[in-house]
Amino acid sequence: MTRSTQSRWGLRFLGLGYIAVLLIAPLILLFYKTFEDGLAAPFEAITSADGLHALKLTLLTVAIAVPLNTIFGVLCSLLLVRHKWKGNWLIDAAINLPFAISPIVIGLSLFLLYGKQGWLEPGLAEAGIKILFSTPGIILACIFVSVPFVVRETVPVLQEIGTEQEQAAETLGANAWQTFWRVTLPAIRWGVAYGVVLTTARVLGEFGAVSVVSGNISGETQTLPLFVEKNYENFNLPGAFGAAVLLALLALVVLMAMNLLKRKEAA
Amino acid sequence: MEAHAAKSPVAPPRAGQLRLPGVGAGLGRGVVVLYLSLFVLLPLAALLDKSLSDGLGHFWDQVSSGQAKQSLQLILVCSLIVVAINAVFGTIVAWLLVRDNFPGKSIVNAIIDLPFALPTIVASLILIQLWGNKSPVGVDIALTRTAIVVALCFVTLPFVVRAVQPLLIEMDRDMEEAAASLGAGGFTIFRRIIFPNLLPGLAAGVALAFARALGEYGSVLLFAGGRPDTQVASIFIGQQIETGNEVGASAVSIVLLAMALVCLLVITLIQRWGSRHERGSAA
Repeated sequence: MTRSTQSRWGLRFLGLGYIAVLLIAPLILLFYKTFEDGLAAPFEAITSADGLHALKLTLLTVAIAVPLNTIFGVLCSLLLVRHKWKGNWLIDAAINLPFAISPIVIGLSLFLLYGKQGWLEPGLAEAGIKILFSTPGIILACIFVSVPFVVRETVPVLQEIGTEQEQAAETLGANAWQTFWRVTLPAIRWGVAYGVVLTTARVLGEFGAVSVVSGNISGETQTLPLFVEKNYENFNLPGAFGAAVLLALLALVVLMAMNLLKRKEAA
Repeated sequence: MEAHAAKSPVAPPRAGQLRLPGVGAGLGRGVVVLYLSLFVLLPLAALLDKSLSDGLGHFWDQVSSGQAKQSLQLILVCSLIVVAINAVFGTIVAWLLVRDNFPGKSIVNAIIDLPFALPTIVASLILIQLWGNKSPVGVDIALTRTAIVVALCFVTLPFVVRAVQPLLIEMDRDMEEAAASLGAGGFTIFRRIIFPNLLPGLAAGVALAFARALGEYGSVLLFAGGRPDTQVASIFIGQQIETGNEVGASAVSIVLLAMALVCLLVITLIQRWGSRHERGSAA
C-alpha cells in the first residue's frame, strides 16, 4: 500500500514537474515579462502602424485560408469516406504531406514555383500578378500548411456516424443537398469545428513558410509572428513581447475552444 | 413499400431531385485533386525539379557537403533524443490524466495542447527568456544543442500524450486486476500488461513527434540559433535560401522530406497492424 502510494507520488512529481517546467513556467514568464514595466509599452507596440498592419494582415490570411480549407476538407472527407474509389489512398497520402514537410521547405517550394525562373513566373509576370513578397504568397503558404486539419478531424466522425440516417433521409425523398445540410452536416459539425479551430491556430501562428515567401517588410508583408521575430532581432523587446502576448492570448482562446468542442463531441 | 422502391437504385428519379451520384462524386473528386495539385503538389514538384536541376551528382555534393551533412545528422540525433524523452514523460502524463485524480487535472489536460496552439516563434521567444542569459533561475542553455532538445520537447509533447491517452481510457482493467491477484507487482503489471497494450498508440505518437521534430523551424530559430554547431537542417535550409543557394537548399529539403515520409509510412503501417490486431482479438 505504501509502496503504491509512493510510486503514485513519484509519477505525479515527474509528470506534473515536466509539464510545469516545460509548458507552464515559460507561459507565465511571458506574461510577467510583458507587463513587468506596465501596460503602456506593449500596448503602444501593438497599436503602432506596423503592429496594426501585421494584425490586419494576419486576420485577412485567416479569413481567406480557413474557409477555403474548411470547404475543401469537408468535401474531401465525404469523398474519402462515402465514395470508395481506387485512387482514394493517393488523395489521403497527399493530404498528409504537409504534416511531413518542414515549414521552411514549404516556403522554399512556393518560392521556387512563383519566384524568378519559376514555372509560373512568366505567365504571372505578364498578367501583372505578384505572388511572392506580397499577400497572395502569404495566403498560399498558410493554405499549404493547414490543408490536413479539417480532413483529419472530419473523417473519423463520418466513419463513426455511419450511413443509416442519410439513407433514411433519402428514402423519405430528400435530395443529396438536403441530406447533406439537414442530416450529415449537423452530425459532423463538432468534428468539423474542431478541425477549423486547429486550422485557425496554425494559420494565425505560421512562421517558417510565411517567412520565406513574404520578405518580412514592415507595414507591408509582415504578419504577427514575423512582427515578433523582427522586433526581437531589432532589440525592440516591448514590441516583440506585446505581439507575442497577443498571439498567446489567441492560443489560449484556441485551447478553450478545443476543450469545449471535445466535450461537445463526447456528449 | 413505396419507401423501399425509392431507395432502390433502379427507381427512376422523380422530378426536382435528380441525383447523379456518379457525376457528383466525379466532379467533387476533380475539385479535390485540382486543389491538392495546385496548392500542395505543384510547389513540391518545383522543389524536386530545382534540387535535380544540376544533375544527381551535384545533388549529392550539396547534401553531403560538410555543413549540410552535419545539419542533417544533428537534427536526426536531436529528434531521436527528444522522442525518447517524450515517450517516457508523455506516457507518465497520459497515465496521470487517465488513472490519477489531483486538483487542477482538467487544466493540465487542456494545457497539454498549448504547443499545438501557440505559434512556434512565440515558443522560441519565451524559451529563451526562461533558459537564456536573463534566466530567472540562472540556467543559460540558449544557443547550445541542449536548447534544440528543449525546444523540440516543447513542440512535440502533445503527440505522445494524445496518442496514448485514448488507449489508456479504453483499456480493460480486468487484466491488471487478474495479474495483481496472481501476485504481480506494479512494475510487472506495467511491463507485461499495460505497456504491450499501449504500444501501437505510443509508436504512432512517437512517429508523429519524430516527423514534426525533423522539420521544426520557428521554435529553434531564436532559442538555439544558427551557429555552426547548433545549425539543424531547417535552419541550414533557411540560410541557404538567404545566400541564394537554391539548389543546395532544395537538395537538403528533399532529404529532410524523404526522412519524414518514411516516418509517415511507418505510422500507416502501425495503424494497419493495430486495426488488424484489434479485429483479430474481437473475432
